[in-house]
Amino acid sequence: MNHGRTIEILVGAFMAAGFVALFFLSMKVSNLSASGTGSGYEIEARFDNIGSLKVRAPVTMAGVRIGRVSAINFDAQTFEAVVILRIESGYEDAIPDDTFAKIFTAGLLGEQYVGLDAGGSQNFLKEGDKISLTQSALVLEEIIGQFLFSKAEEGAARE
Amino acid sequence: MTAPVKALMDQLARLGRSGVGVLEHLGRAHLLLLSILGGLGDLVRRPRLLLIQLFSVGVLSALIVAVSGTFVGMVLGLQGYYILSQFGAEQTLGVMVAASLVRELGPVVAALLFAGRAGSALTAEIGLMKATEQLSGLEMMAVDPIKRILTPRFAAGIISMPLLAAMFSALGVMGGYFVGVGLLGVDDGAFWSQMQAKIDTYDDVLNGVIKSLVFGLVCTWIALFQGYDADPTSVGVSRATTRTVVHSSLAVLGLDFILTALMFGE
Amino acid sequence: MGTEKNLVTIKGLHYSRGDKVIFDGVDIEIPRGGITAIMGPSGTGKTTLLKLIGGQLRPAAGTIHVDGEDVHRLSSSELYKLRIKMGMLFQTGALLTDISVFDNVAYPLREHTNLPESMIRKLVLLKLEAVGLRGVWKQMPNQLSGGMARRVALARAIALDPMMIMYDEPFTGQDPISMGVLIELIRALNDASGLTSVIVSHDVEETASIADLVYVIANGRVVECGGSKEILGSSNAWTRQFMRGLADGPVPFHQDAPPLVEDLLGGGQ
Repeated sequence: MNHGRTIEILVGAFMAAGFVALFFLSMKVSNLSASGTGSGYEIEARFDNIGSLKVRAPVTMAGVRIGRVSAINFDAQTFEAVVILRIESGYEDAIPDDTFAKIFTAGLLGEQYVGLDAGGSQNFLKEGDKISLTQSALVLEEIIGQFLFSKAEEGAARE
Repeated sequence: MTAPVKALMDQLARLGRSGVGVLEHLGRAHLLLLSILGGLGDLVRRPRLLLIQLFSVGVLSALIVAVSGTFVGMVLGLQGYYILSQFGAEQTLGVMVAASLVRELGPVVAALLFAGRAGSALTAEIGLMKATEQLSGLEMMAVDPIKRILTPRFAAGIISMPLLAAMFSALGVMGGYFVGVGLLGVDDGAFWSQMQAKIDTYDDVLNGVIKSLVFGLVCTWIALFQGYDADPTSVGVSRATTRTVVHSSLAVLGLDFILTALMFGE
Repeated sequence: MGTEKNLVTIKGLHYSRGDKVIFDGVDIEIPRGGITAIMGPSGTGKTTLLKLIGGQLRPAAGTIHVDGEDVHRLSSSELYKLRIKMGMLFQTGALLTDISVFDNVAYPLREHTNLPESMIRKLVLLKLEAVGLRGVWKQMPNQLSGGMARRVALARAIALDPMMIMYDEPFTGQDPISMGVLIELIRALNDASGLTSVIVSHDVEETASIADLVYVIANGRVVECGGSKEILGSSNAWTRQFMRGLADGPVPFHQDAPPLVEDLLGGGQ
């Protein structure tokens, strides 16, 4: 085999190996197929307090990830957080309009995510619709504050 | 003028001179970059030149990058396991290994290896071509040495770098998998699923690729400029080669900080 | 254009490198078809002169016309066109070390012509034959001796049949045989193809033996100019010292320096 051809083959192998590595990184290490941003539809949920929810946090239903948080805004009129949820394509007509949206924390110190509890309605949410039933994030300081307050009340009642 | 004032003026003048020198140096480097970019159109008509440079810049750097990537991944797997298992979080080993590789270590370490392996070779080659009048010779043959010699090397560097970084990261993840799952008994499913859930294709993988493109450009540019600007003597070429490795490494680390702040900062 | 008696006309050339003045008003005329030698001791900027003619350097003042065109007024594409008509033989040969002898000689042909590969092959072999090295076409430049490399470089320089070849110190570091070969070659090429040859050299005897016209430069100026016999028999003190290789004369044995005693007692300050 001549020298020029060897170089061609080696360069070809090098490029192929590089692209295989890139493919591996996007398909196996991260999840390209599941993180498409352009597809699906968006719904809106309003919360009094979102805790430390971040853009791109998962949106799950029955523990299955069906989308991501695509934007978080603040509504100065109602003093609420407006969270836009992008639901991936394939989950059309899967979210009843009386669905309950909660902000959960994964594990004790984990990331926060949006969990959807399906309701019983036969009408489903479409692009741009709003979830009206929401529950805010649990903020650790508030829970501790409430706990201390109730303890103090107990103590006062006992005296 | 009294003597102390004169001494002060001398110092100021020296400072000014070195400042002007640095600016002049940077100016020459940018002019060279422009001329190199100007040759890209020509390169399309001579793909053969690019092929040969992809071989000497890319293929010849692949082995060291692959081996280093595997070992770095294995070390990450080991160290990560010891720390994470203290919190009972060894399930997230995959995330830790992949995130550090894809975001930082892949692009940065591959670029440092590239500067040492390919960058120094480029500088020495160009510097010696200058010292042995090969570049002048081309000019007198009415051939532009920048277009014919520098541009293909430049393009090859920019193309190779992201591929090398991707190989580094991918093999690193495999190395981490081998140590974590194969030797230390982390759950196979958890390793991959946690990783897939936390590593994002656009935020992490794509940003890593962008970083390595920038590093490839800067490392190759520095290497070519140092070679082209080298004193045409043996001492000059050896100094230029050293400068290539030092400047490229510093540039990669400094730029990495800036790029990270831009990409991952909120 | 292109019919003047002189191929190269240099007028009032000034050039300096840093603070050092290399040329301080040099006028040189190089006639067509002959061998013109430019001689002077090392460090007088002879190579610089060739680079100025080739347009690789810019003079501070003065003009250089080659074949009727002002070299330093040309756009870079025009300059490249002009360079196709000039060949230059570098002191080291300047062969590209990563390709074979054959590819080196073929390089300018492949760059500047669209000849088919079979034609290029014939031309390359002919050019190599002209310098007597057809047998080494397969070898790499680093396998050649210095003299052979210079002859291959010569084959490359004449590949495009230029109108002029500039030789930069062609005789330096050659053994007597390859020196003889080169002298023979330069003369033969010049006469056979109507080339104009410019030789810069400090090898007095060899250069004088083939040059039709000799310029002697020193201290940034032309000291003398004439046929090689006239120059060899010149009464100019400077020319005499250079041509005969006398240790002392207008060029002192000692370079300018502070008095020796001062240097020795001053502890090298």
